[in-house]
Amino acid sequence: MKKILIIGATSAIAEHCARIWAGRGDALYLVARNEERLKTIAADLKVRGAAETDTYWTDLNYMDHHAALLDAAEAAMGGIDTVLIAHGTLSNQNACEECVEETLAEIKTNALSTISLLTLIANRFESKESGTIAVISSVAGDRGRASNYVYGSAKAMITAFTSGMRQRLHKSNVTVITIKPGFIDTPMTAAFKKGLLWAKPTKVADKIVRAIDAKKNEVYVPAFWWAVMVIIKTVPVAVFKKLML
Amino acid sequence: MTATTQTLTNISGWGNYPTQDAQVITPLSLSAYQTQLAQHPSIIARGMGRSYGDSANAPIVLQTTYCDHFIAFDKATGLLTVEAGVLLRDILKITVKQGWFLPVTPGTSFVTVGGAIASDVHGKNHHIAGTFGQHVVSITMLLGTGEVVTTSPTELPDLFHATCGGMGLTGVILSATIQLIPIQSAFIAQKTIKADCIEAACEAFETNSSGTYSVAWIDCLATGKHLGRSVLMLGEHAESGRLDLTVKDPITVPIHTPAALLNSMTMRAFNNAYWVKASGDKTQTVPLLPYFYPLDAIGGWNKLYGKAGFLQYQFVLPKVDGVANMRNILTQIAQSGQGSFLAVLKQFGQANQNLLSFPIEGYTLALDFKMSQSTIDLLHRLDDMVAGMGGRVYLTKDAVMLEVSFKTMYSNWEQFEAVRQKYGAIEKFASAQSKRLGLA
Repeated sequence: MKKILIIGATSAIAEHCARIWAGRGDALYLVARNEERLKTIAADLKVRGAAETDTYWTDLNYMDHHAALLDAAEAAMGGIDTVLIAHGTLSNQNACEECVEETLAEIKTNALSTISLLTLIANRFESKESGTIAVISSVAGDRGRASNYVYGSAKAMITAFTSGMRQRLHKSNVTVITIKPGFIDTPMTAAFKKGLLWAKPTKVADKIVRAIDAKKNEVYVPAFWWAVMVIIKTVPVAVFKKLML
Repeated sequence: MTATTQTLTNISGWGNYPTQDAQVITPLSLSAYQTQLAQHPSIIARGMGRSYGDSANAPIVLQTTYCDHFIAFDKATGLLTVEAGVLLRDILKITVKQGWFLPVTPGTSFVTVGGAIASDVHGKNHHIAGTFGQHVVSITMLLGTGEVVTTSPTELPDLFHATCGGMGLTGVILSATIQLIPIQSAFIAQKTIKADCIEAACEAFETNSSGTYSVAWIDCLATGKHLGRSVLMLGEHAESGRLDLTVKDPITVPIHTPAALLNSMTMRAFNNAYWVKASGDKTQTVPLLPYFYPLDAIGGWNKLYGKAGFLQYQFVLPKVDGVANMRNILTQIAQSGQGSFLAVLKQFGQANQNLLSFPIEGYTLALDFKMSQSTIDLLHRLDDMVAGMGGRVYLTKDAVMLEVSFKTMYSNWEQFEAVRQKYGAIEKFASAQSKRLGLA
């Protein structure tokens, strides 16, 4: 039985990962902002076989609550083996362009709050010399594009931050996994027209759980996004700036 | 974020006919359902879109599939409470290994619990177990007034009996408690019997009516003395064997294949091969999933009928004169030359008290036809015959029935409307089907 802390537990990807872990009989500590949905999900995971499910209701933008959150999770489960950080919002690019506050709020939710959590978790895992930290970044962080560069730059920060943290914690036997999903058919992306590039959250969750089991470093889900992003990153800037992406 | 709104999506039932541009809203919680209900004058709940026709088509649909949470399960008693968006397949994944199975299951596991209740689905054990709704202990639902109520055979019983089989027209089913049945094994002992005409098939159903599961594949292209030749498949839960369920993801039909591939020649070849391949009086042990859901192994099999889609047609005839009447209808279908690739025959047990529930005691036949104007004409002729024989057509599969046929077949429709009036459902819950059938 693993003791797993899930931050952003009401996100579709996190919820489907949690269902897999529940089926294995793991203990789950769920953190999210919507109390009604948090309780529903906790009861569901219990029926699906989770050894225990505890919940913590918070807005992760309140970063001074993060240490207390981690203390509570450790106390409830008697330690933490694995952390999945999956919270975030899909920024409205147009609104961000119109408004500095909107842009900074998106950066705060999608980058700074995660970095606050990562800093605290890294120190705890480093001192006990074990643990796995999996963070949902995005293919959007690989190269800024006009259509979503506020969200993309927040995710780029997560990718770079976890890359450095992985090097630092390697000698302490702590695994850091950067997960880069492509287009996922979730409530967060309901407004988008879906095509062949879109994946179901159940499939994505399955791949994330397997990446965590295998202690991978960086994974694209689905895997074909690695090839897509190699191509996108190879386009010369002079050409790239003229593209509509 | 508690609900999301999509731009217009082209939706349809499993038959891919008719289609409709709809705003598909996916509530993520009860409060989101209430907000959406208050915002729109008329909606219909939609689960997996597995009913065949237009019963989950409307300009605005509330898709329930994100509300797919288990609420409670008592391993000792088999009492299960789930949100309406939970799939029967998901229930089996959790409960079979603990020794519990669905009391009634339709031919696909890719349906939601809400849909199973709204259609009051039946299975191969109808003759002894009745419909799905007969095993529902209670339902929590959202009424047109915005109020959330619990209904059961003893609590607001009028609402309960209108909701089971009520095609989503009484309100939005939010969650339900179901009594599961105990099993000792994840396997079925299956016995096959060949019957070389419709009379022999119906007699075989009668002889085996004490068995748990029975259904027959019927060759509706055969004529003359072989009219209605069938292969009966009987089943009992095995008493030994493991309790683990092998769940494979379906292989998917990626595109609409040209409908011309399913023509009278390929259908005749398929049906002949099926008859020849079946061996009579053979018993074998098969796993639960392929026994109950053979077509679930092929995701998107509906696309095999091409872009125009297909029409499913299922009717039931009362037992009195049932065999002779069935022969008349089979003759009519064979004469039309519009074969059905797969046809299924079954004997139903007694009807229940639900106002629009389909099964009545007698014989039921399910067919599918390639979509065309001549198919619609054929189905209208069959509707008249079925209505005249005192039978009825299954609303879950219907896409083209006329109002007059519906109101003849379902004589409780006025009582159904009175219950909808009482609980604030009139106009608030409506589908393309309910409008076609003349419900308010």
